[in-house]
Amino acid sequence: MKVLLSGNEAVARGAYEGGCRFAAAYPGTPSTEILENIAKYKDVIYCEWSTNEKVALEVATGASFAGARALAAMKHVGLNVAADPFFSLSYIGSTGGIIIVSADDPGMHSSQNEQDNRHYARSAKLAMLEPSDSQEAKEFTILGFEISEDFDTPLLLRLSTRLCHSKTVVELGERKEVPVKGYEKDIKKRLVLPAHARLRHIYVEERLKKLSKFSEQFEYNKMEFNDKSIGIISSGIAYQYAKEVLPDASYLKLSFTYPLPFKLIEKFSKNVKKLYVIEENDPFLEMEIKAKGINVIGKEIIPITGELNPSIISEAFGKKRKSVTIKKMPSLSPRPPALCPGCSHTPVFYTLNKLKLTVTGDIGCYTLGALPPLNAIDTCVEMGASLGNAFGMEKVLGEKSDKKIVAVIGDSTFFHSGITPLINIVYNKGTSTVIILDNRITAMTGHQEHPGTGKTLMGEDTVTINPEDIVKACGVKHVFTVDPYNLKELKKVIKREVERKEPSVIIARRPCILLLIRKREVGKPFYVDTEECIGCKICLQLGCPAISMKNEKAYINELFCVGCGVCAQLCPIDNTMIQRENDS
Amino acid sequence: METKSVMICGVGGQGILLASDLLSQTMLEVGMDVKKSEVHGMSQRGGTVISNVRFGEKVFSPLIRKGDAEIILAFEKLEGLRQIEYLKKNGVVLVNNFVIEPLPVACGLAEYPEDVISIIKSSIPDAIVIDALSLAKKAGNARSMNIVLLGVLAKKLEIDKKIWYYVIEKRVPKKTWEVNKRAFDLGYEVI
Repeated sequence: MKVLLSGNEAVARGAYEGGCRFAAAYPGTPSTEILENIAKYKDVIYCEWSTNEKVALEVATGASFAGARALAAMKHVGLNVAADPFFSLSYIGSTGGIIIVSADDPGMHSSQNEQDNRHYARSAKLAMLEPSDSQEAKEFTILGFEISEDFDTPLLLRLSTRLCHSKTVVELGERKEVPVKGYEKDIKKRLVLPAHARLRHIYVEERLKKLSKFSEQFEYNKMEFNDKSIGIISSGIAYQYAKEVLPDASYLKLSFTYPLPFKLIEKFSKNVKKLYVIEENDPFLEMEIKAKGINVIGKEIIPITGELNPSIISEAFGKKRKSVTIKKMPSLSPRPPALCPGCSHTPVFYTLNKLKLTVTGDIGCYTLGALPPLNAIDTCVEMGASLGNAFGMEKVLGEKSDKKIVAVIGDSTFFHSGITPLINIVYNKGTSTVIILDNRITAMTGHQEHPGTGKTLMGEDTVTINPEDIVKACGVKHVFTVDPYNLKELKKVIKREVERKEPSVIIARRPCILLLIRKREVGKPFYVDTEECIGCKICLQLGCPAISMKNEKAYINELFCVGCGVCAQLCPIDNTMIQRENDS
Repeated sequence: METKSVMICGVGGQGILLASDLLSQTMLEVGMDVKKSEVHGMSQRGGTVISNVRFGEKVFSPLIRKGDAEIILAFEKLEGLRQIEYLKKNGVVLVNNFVIEPLPVACGLAEYPEDVISIIKSSIPDAIVIDALSLAKKAGNARSMNIVLLGVLAKKLEIDKKIWYYVIEKRVPKKTWEVNKRAFDLGYEVI
């Protein structure tokens, strides 16, 4: 049967058809839907949201040790978190086939950098496959398990945002059951103390040679001869863009991109007049090919930065299409993403801004608190960075700092990597103030469960882990839970705690408004009494998408308003923002 | 058949992804190769949403290149204007006469151009302007605006209405079938 699947759905389907028994991930755009879709096969594949990517890869490694086919999925920066087990696992190899899925984000649609994770395959010296559409994403997942087992190697399945989130036609197949091999003790393989690892490193180098031979004859590394005046080497989604713009050129389409099939590349290069490499972001193929003494044109015409697309390739090859132009184009306001109406983060950022605090931020919806008009966050580095960053700044600036420093971190991010830096603050005698924005879900990536929600990915009830308990167990004596909708209380607590000469944690708790909307647990909308409104615009400082100005007066879009009432608390004139009693 | 490109653009929350899913599924049903692309994540928080749908005998790129879209369907008019460079010469613009103010505009940090429709019409005189909200209300639910707009698009694509109905029924809950089909028909009759 033919169906339309996104790249992520196709990887999930491939895991199912390929006999996968165990899958783990931490949510991260653009990879999140892989595990969400694997969960549909929970009867035959155990799957989980792990606390972070490192844990996801470690549990998948354990499953492989036990002889099951296993998969760990993550976004590109997630592999940085999982890099430690990733490199060790290369030496250890596979028992049950093991796939690490890395979903890179060229163009940084939803990420802090656009690192090219193909480099990881080379650094860790293991096999890599790059699909160029959903059909290949499915097939390569199945093949990936086989290659992993045949060559005793972990396999990196490298995707990118456009592949993950594009839907293309896929032919569905049946699941092939692969029995669990079972565990047999083999410390020379799995216990990488130096004496064993030295031998395994020799093995890894031998494995690379075998994989190179395999790459030469791999059926998806293939030449397509056409007009031989232009030869293009490409892989992944970039191949599809190139074919679109230059359908008549000759191609060497690479799918097994580490180690590369150099004999094939050389053969192709000899058959074409002018040789190009078209690849997204880093010159990964280009540098490998040039290092072999084969001359190619690549990054001279295809940019390293930003997401690649067919328009860019059109321009690079002088094939730009004539498009419609607007004679007098006005300046168009950008439409940046924003915190939702009624978001529990908004009052916290409003308060932090008003108190003129220095705020170290973290990764999640709440990074949007950095945008105007809230302008509340100073830094954002990576998952869990806010606590360590705040502590380091405090140690250096100390009493000299004219602004107090506060770290803000979400609940899911706190479980992911906020606990160790909190222990560090306590242990190393810090005085940091940490705010945990606890909206009871992993919100940014589309509402995934986490250790604080009481549910697993497979829909089972489980223990609910309270941030308060963890924080206290880490040795923090001053722990306060506040309702962020209560502006007065929120301000009072934050003001008091930043002055304290000991570590303190404030937990601002209120469920994500989107969860409440789904459960129909939101309040009636507010409206503005235009007779009373003095047009002071204080309410606009919340950056609530439901509030704007109309005829010099505040206006609330009642379709968007969820009745949080925060604007009414700010309004200097009583009875101006009024809540409807019935649906209007 | 040569590959055709349709761009659907608007704002997160307008139901664009459902509309482009229905379009893609319809093309798959009539035996075409289909690719569609959009980005999830940040864009869902009230940001710009662009869905690229391409269909034909064999489709390579899921992304439309500039100057290559046969049709741009804009759920929000400013977003339609923003993507106009993707339109092919003599391409078709279907624009919903509907405003969602970007946050910088709502906060008074930027202006919403006053005459978006006439700016579009100055270059594309044949642009079709739709009041999808009132048609959706007429159909019985303001939230069916996306299906109204899909109906307008469907008229341009010359595929049997029964197939569209079939695809809609397969995808949306049974209790909304009637409203959605009414919305689709009202859109279909616009041109």
